[in-house]
Formats: sequence, structure tokens, C-alpha cells
Amino acid sequence: MALSKDEVLKIAKLARLELSPDEVEMYSTQLSAILDYVETLNTLNVEGIEPTAHAMLVPTPFREDVVTQDQTMDKCLANAPAREGTFFKVPKIIGS
Amino acid sequence: MELFDLTIHELHDLLKQKKTSSVEITEAVLKRIRAVEPQVGAYITVTEDLARAQAKKADEIIARDAGAWRAMPLQGIPLGIKDNFLIEGIKTTCASKILNNYIPPYTATCARQLLDQGAVVLGKLNLDEFAMGSSTENSAMVQTRNPWDLDRIPGGSSGGSAAAVAAGECIASTGTDTGGSIRLPAALTNLVGLKPTYGRVSRYGIIAFASSLDQVGPLTKDVTDSAIMLQALAGHDRRDSTSLNLPIPDYAKALAPDVKGWKIGIPKEYFVGGMDAEVAKAMKDAVETLKKLGATCVDVTLPHTDYGVPTYYILATAEASSNLARYDGIRYGHRTSSPGDLTKLYEKSRSEGFGPEVKRRIMLGTYVLSAGYYDAYYIRGQKVRTLIRRDFEQAFEKCDVILTPVSPTPAWKIGEKTNDPLKMYLSDIFTINVNLAGLPGMSLPCGFTGSGLPIGMQLIAKHFEEEKMLRVAYAYEQATEWHKRRPKL
Repeated sequence: MALSKDEVLKIAKLARLELSPDEVEMYSTQLSAILDYVETLNTLNVEGIEPTAHAMLVPTPFREDVVTQDQTMDKCLANAPAREGTFFKVPKIIGS
Repeated sequence: MELFDLTIHELHDLLKQKKTSSVEITEAVLKRIRAVEPQVGAYITVTEDLARAQAKKADEIIARDAGAWRAMPLQGIPLGIKDNFLIEGIKTTCASKILNNYIPPYTATCARQLLDQGAVVLGKLNLDEFAMGSSTENSAMVQTRNPWDLDRIPGGSSGGSAAAVAAGECIASTGTDTGGSIRLPAALTNLVGLKPTYGRVSRYGIIAFASSLDQVGPLTKDVTDSAIMLQALAGHDRRDSTSLNLPIPDYAKALAPDVKGWKIGIPKEYFVGGMDAEVAKAMKDAVETLKKLGATCVDVTLPHTDYGVPTYYILATAEASSNLARYDGIRYGHRTSSPGDLTKLYEKSRSEGFGPEVKRRIMLGTYVLSAGYYDAYYIRGQKVRTLIRRDFEQAFEKCDVILTPVSPTPAWKIGEKTNDPLKMYLSDIFTINVNLAGLPGMSLPCGFTGSGLPIGMQLIAKHFEEEKMLRVAYAYEQATEWHKRRPKL
């Protein structure tokens, strides 16, 4: 399965990655080769086979819906690239 | 032998006999790090001051209390931690520029357990960025070299963890294994590497790569140390919903040098063309040794073996693309200096922060999950995963453990596979299916090539039967000397 440069750009957009023209070229070639290899799976008949999402399928454990505090706000904000008071600071989202 | 060459259990015995102290051991290892680290490059961060303080505290506990610490074999033992384990206050990079300056606000549960057992933390070990790779060449931080031949890779992704133990830069280390990332580097550096059953060790506080496959485990100098580390790491954690609440056996009790009547399964699919002749010979010899110890070898078949790598590169990349969506430059991690609007902030921060292999996998994972391709790739991959799991279930009807090689070749030259991602992916051909099936697997030393490169063999057991694996490994180890060799540095 050959991936065109347009398809690579479309995937990059979905993945929120900005690629240079060289990267687009490289990933187009490499991802096509990997997908060709992955397509060996098409030789298998998987009709009627249940998919496995997790190797150990156990029911999701539940806990009581009570508020606990594992972290302080300061610790949660300590790694923020930009903050103001008790907020994460981001560029303006709505146009003026 | 120097202190840094010894194992956890040997050092524990010396501590009990008051023949050494944690401070003395820790200083010996720190000195070793200073001496060989410029060649080996195993560490991203060395936490010298913390290690000294913890060693001093361990010695105080040992001096004060003659009783309780004796049952804690990690008390005062200096360990290295893979740099995808969060430890509060210690920089954790995952070998990625995107987490260049990340200081975790909490500690991974399994790391907490090691600390509670009295372990001393020497620092954070190198890996392939986000644990994606088989050679540790994908690290954005440092080039780790194989202590057995500095021109060669140490394996990956836990390459720093392997190189550090092999070079005496820590007594044992932790790793993570999503497709072979503990077992492959252990095999290429003459160590014991153990990937427990999926669900045995909590992943809370481990930086996620592929959540249905990731598992934590130890890299050690012998099987006894492996059992000690597994004991300390294992356990249920309410913070990891995939960690199972099952009793934990006493793994030390599994270490009996007797496998009379045990059935070792040999899957024919793992002994086919393309394998290095010296690796094939070492495997044959290992089988003979186990037979001499009284085990019976039976032929088993795992017919879907060849489909493991393509299945893995659908499922692991799909999960990775989802897990790595969190790196957005907003709450932590790298943020671009020229954001423009919000979308550009995401795109630029991520593109500047992630390296080429991580981007490649995010792209592949995004593609297989995208509309129109989801059924053809992702669902099909999950179905093949079922077939792979069933192969093992059927094989284990005939045997107690399965024996295979870990890697088709010994350690390869730095740069040899970096231009061909597919070639690199195929290095994991013998380890990946164990993750897909969620089984425990371990790698242990079983020989050397003529040029002195280590060769490893893999043991695989049923879910939660780590003890069987450890038992066979221990019996084999007692009958051989490979694990006693150390590289010359």
C-alpha cells in the first residue's frame, strides 16, 4: 500500500504534527514499506475470530465515587510551560 | 571481584555479615560510574547526592535494627531506574526532548515499592525515546554503548538499564517491556531480564507507550536477583486498573535446581532460517543441558509466529498515537517558542519535541485508527492477536515452559539498522508475541559468540506462572557459568 505525500500530510494533520518536505518524503516511503509488510495479515482468514483488546480481560474495577486529593494544585502546575496564578496560560484562541 | 561486580544477594549477605556497608557499596558504584560512564553512556541523570543520603539512611536502619531489614534484600542496594519511571522530584525525560525538563509530581507505585524496601536510587537510565526501539539509538539524550563491545548497540529499549548493570554502574535495574524491551537488551549484554505477566506489576507512574502491552520488570546479573526484584515490584495497585489482585508467591522458593520430569516446549517456528549460526548452536547446547538436568524436550507449534511483528506494529502504534496525544505543550513538556494560534502551538510543540521514530509510530498509529482503515488494520490486528494467544494456550497443553532464542543475532553495530525501520522492527521477532499474549517471559545468558558477544535464551510460561520460568532458569544457571562473566572495560 503506497502512501502518497497528500495522505502523509493528512495523517500528520490528524496527529497534530508539522512535517518538513523532507520528512513528508521520508515517511511516505517508509510508511508505505511498513504497510506492505503489515498487509501480510491479509493472508489470514480471521472470519468469526473474536478480537483481543487486552491479553488479560478482567472486569473494570470500580471504586466509591468520593473525592480524594492526591495532588496539590501547585504540584500540578509546577511543570506548566506558562502559567498565571492558578491557571495554565495558552495563546489566544478566539480571534479579535 | 569488586563490590560493583557483585549481585544483590551477594551484597545482602555481606551486609548481614557486617563486611560492608551501603555507603561503601554506593561509593564503589558511583566511582565506577565516573570511571566508565564516558564510554558506556548508560545514564541520563545520576542522582549522586540522593544516593549518598539514601545509603546513609540504609546503614542507619541496618545498624539500629538487626531483625526486620534482613528480610528485605534490597535494603541499601544501589539500583538504576529506567527514565520512563516517574520518581517525584527527579527529572524524568523518557529520552525525549518533549520531556526535557519534566520533574514528576509523584512516584510510580513500583518505584515506590523499591524505595520502601530500602533500595538506593543511583539515577535514571537511557532508553529509546518513549521506549520505542530495539537498540537505544532513538534516545534524544545520549548514545549508549554495549559494554561487551563499545562499537555495538546494547539492545533496546531498556539499553541504558542493560548497559549499566553489565558495566557495574548499578547492581540491578528496572526496565519496561512492550515488545521485548527488557529481554532483548538483557540477552545482548549477558543479563537476566524478566518481563512478568501483564497485570503482575503496576504501571501507575510509568510513562505509557502501548497500554495493552507495557509491563515493568527487572534486569539483573543472575536468576536469584531476578526473583528478588520481581518480588519487590509485583503487586496489585488500585491506581492501575489492569493490575490484578492476586496473591504473590514467594519467588525465592521457586529457585530449586531440579527440573526432573519437566517438559520444555521447543516451537519449531523459532528455529528456522535467518538465525545466526552461533545463536543456533548456543540454543542447541542449552537444550542439551536441560535434558542432562532431567527435563524432557517436546516439539510444540506456534503457527502464527510470523504474524506477530505486523500485528504488533498495528496495535502498539495505534495505542501509542493515542497515549502520546497528551503531549500538547499546554500542561507540561516542551512548548514551542513561536506558537501562533492554538493548532500551531500543538503542531510545532510536538514536531520540535518528538524524534523521528516516535513521529513515525504516531503517524502509523493515526493511520490505522483513521476512518476507513480501522477495520482493515486495527480490528484485524486484534483478531490475529487472538490467534497468537490461542497458539500459546495450545502449546502449553503439552509443556511447562517454552524455550526459544531471544534475538536472531548477537548485538549489531551502532548505525547498522537505523536507516531501515522495518529491519529494526524484525529484531523483536522472537519476543513480541509474548507481549501480545500477555505472558511472562525471561531472557538468560546461554553462551557467547567466537568474538565474545553474549547470547541469550528465552523462557516463556503461562500467565502468572513466573515461578516455573524462574525454576527452569535457576536450574540451568546452576549448571552453567555464563552469567559469571563480566565485560572488560
